[in-house]
Amino acid sequence: MTITERPAEEPRPSDPRAPTSPAARVYWQARDTWTVTKRNLRHFMRQPRLLVFSTIQPVMFVVLFAFVFGGIATVALPEGTEYIDFLLPGLFVQSAAFRSTQTAVGLAEDLERGVVDRFRSMPMSRAAVLAGRTLADLVRSLAVIVLMIAVGYLIGFRFTQGVLGAIGAILVVALFGYLMSWLFCWMALHVPGAEAAQTAGFVIVFPMVFASSIFVPLETMPDWLATFAAQSPLTHAADAARALSIGGEALRPALLTIAWCVGLLAIVIPLAVRRYRTIT
Amino acid sequence: MPDAPAVVVDDVQKRFGDTVALSGVDLAVAEGEVLGLLGPNGAGKTTLVRVLVTLLRPDTGSARIFGHDVVTEASTVRRLIGLTGQYAAVDELLTGRENLRMFGELFHLSRREAARRADDLLERFDLAVAGDRPARTYSGGMRRRLDLASSLLIRPRLLFLDEPTTGLDPRSRSAIWDITRELVAEGTTLLLTTQYLEEADQLADRIAVIDHGHIIAEGTGDDLKDEIGGQVVDIVLTDAAQRPAACRAVPDADLGQGDRNLRVSVPAGDALQALSRVSLALRDAEIRVRDVGLRRPTLDDVFLQLTGGDPSATSPPEGTASGTEEGVA
Repeated sequence: MTITERPAEEPRPSDPRAPTSPAARVYWQARDTWTVTKRNLRHFMRQPRLLVFSTIQPVMFVVLFAFVFGGIATVALPEGTEYIDFLLPGLFVQSAAFRSTQTAVGLAEDLERGVVDRFRSMPMSRAAVLAGRTLADLVRSLAVIVLMIAVGYLIGFRFTQGVLGAIGAILVVALFGYLMSWLFCWMALHVPGAEAAQTAGFVIVFPMVFASSIFVPLETMPDWLATFAAQSPLTHAADAARALSIGGEALRPALLTIAWCVGLLAIVIPLAVRRYRTIT
Repeated sequence: MPDAPAVVVDDVQKRFGDTVALSGVDLAVAEGEVLGLLGPNGAGKTTLVRVLVTLLRPDTGSARIFGHDVVTEASTVRRLIGLTGQYAAVDELLTGRENLRMFGELFHLSRREAARRADDLLERFDLAVAGDRPARTYSGGMRRRLDLASSLLIRPRLLFLDEPTTGLDPRSRSAIWDITRELVAEGTTLLLTTQYLEEADQLADRIAVIDHGHIIAEGTGDDLKDEIGGQVVDIVLTDAAQRPAACRAVPDADLGQGDRNLRVSVPAGDALQALSRVSLALRDAEIRVRDVGLRRPTLDDVFLQLTGGDPSATSPPEGTASGTEEGVA
C-alpha cells in the first residue's frame, strides 16, 4: 500500500469548527440532521424487501378495506357518502401510525450497529441521529400517502375540498405521523433490540388504530368505546383529514390534532434526546 | 492547554452490574507517543477506550484528553480524537465513498471538501476500485481499512485503535500496520489496544499490560522483558526419556513447555559462561540434544507471567528448589 503525499491544506482539528454562536449551532444541527436523513433515505432505497413491503402494504389496505367493508360500511355513512371517500383519509392516519413503528425498528437496529458508536464519538449534533431518523420517516410517510391517493383515485376516491384542502389533509397527517415517529423513537431507546421495538410498537398502535374514527364512524361503536375513541388523537387526525378531503367540520379536529402534536412533541423530543445522550 | 499530555487517566473505575470492568486505572500518554495497551480478552481494554472516547462515563476517577475532561468537556474531546473500533463502525448499506463523505460532512467539512477527502482516502487506503460498492460487500480487511479511513477525515491529534487487526488475515494485518506506521511518522499520537504481543512489540513505543481491569505493568518491550529476567539457555533434547538425566546433570534447569524442553536462567552478564557450562554438563552426562541456544524471553513469556498464565513455568521444578548454588564455573 503506497501512500500518496498528504495535501498541505488537509483540515486540522484545530480548525475553528466548534460552533460558537447559537446561530452556528442551529445551522450545524440542521446540517447534521440532513446528512443523517440522507443516509436513512438511502438505506430505505437499498433494502428492496422493506421498500416493497412498505409500499404494498398500504396499497393492499386501501383496496381490501374499500372492497371488503365497503358494502356494509356504507349503511352507517351519511346519505350519498361513498366508503372509499370516508376510508382513505382515515387510512392516511392508519398508515402514518403503522409506519411510525418502523422508526422504532430502524433506530433500534442503528443502536445495535457499530456506526452509531462512531456517530457518538464524533463532534456532531447529538440530536441529529434521532432527528435524521424521524425526518427520513416523514419523507417516507409522505411518499406513501401520495401513493395511496393515486390508488384511491383509481378506485373512485375524489378530493372535494380543493387543492388547499387536500394539502391541508396531507399536512395534518404528516404532523401526526411525525409525532408518532418521535414517540416510537423515545420508546425504542427504552427497549432492548429491534424485535422488542417492533412488538411493543404493534401492541400499542394496533388497538389505537381500531379504537378511532379511522375505519368507521364513532356512532356505530358501543358507547364506552365511542367515548374512548372520541378522545383519541387518532380520531382527531382522521376527522381533520377527512373533513379537509371530503368536507365537514375541519377546524376543531385540526386544532385538536395540532395541539396534541405540538404539546407531545415539546415533551417527547427533549426526553428522547436526553435518553439518547445517556444510554451507553 | 498546548502542553497537556495526550491522555491522563486517574484512578478510573467502571462496573457493569457485578462485573468490575476497570478497577482503578492510571495511565498517561505523551503527545506523539504510541502506547500499546496489551491484555487478554475481557481485561478491560475496550472499556477503557470507550471511556476515553466519551462513549462511557467512568464511575469514579477522571480522564483527560489534551487536558480536557472526557465527561465535562466531551464535545471538545470529540474534536481531537479518532476512533477505529474492534468491529468496523461503517455503514454497511452505503458505499465506501458515501460512508467517507457522510463522516466528512458530520465532521463539518464542506460538501466539496468532504468529497475530495473521501477520494483521497479511498486512494490512500487502496479502496478506490471498491469505492462505489456497498461496504457490506467488503472483505474484513477492506472494512477495517474503510473504518480507519473514516477516523481520518479530519486528522485527529489522538487516534484510538481498538484491536485494529483482530480477526484479519496476515496480509490485511500488515496493511493496517503499514498505515499505522505512516500515521505515527506524521506525528499522530496513538493508543492501540491489542491482544497480539507481536503487534504491540511492532508498533508501540511503550506497552501497558492490562488484566482484570487494571494496569499490571508498563514500559518498553525491552523493559518488560528485563522485568521477568534476562536471557535463558533453551535446551531441546533429542529424546524425552533423557529428561530426568538431563535435570540431574544441570540441577538448576526448569522444565520447559514441551516434554523435551529444559530452560536455565542466566545470571546477568554470564551468558556465554552459562551456555558453555550447560553444554559441557550435558555432554559429560552423554545426553543427546537437538538444540541448545541463548534466548531472550519473548513478550509471550512476559504476558504469561504477568497475567498468571502458568506460575510454575518460572519457578524451579521440584527437586531443584535448592538448586540456586553456583554451577560449575
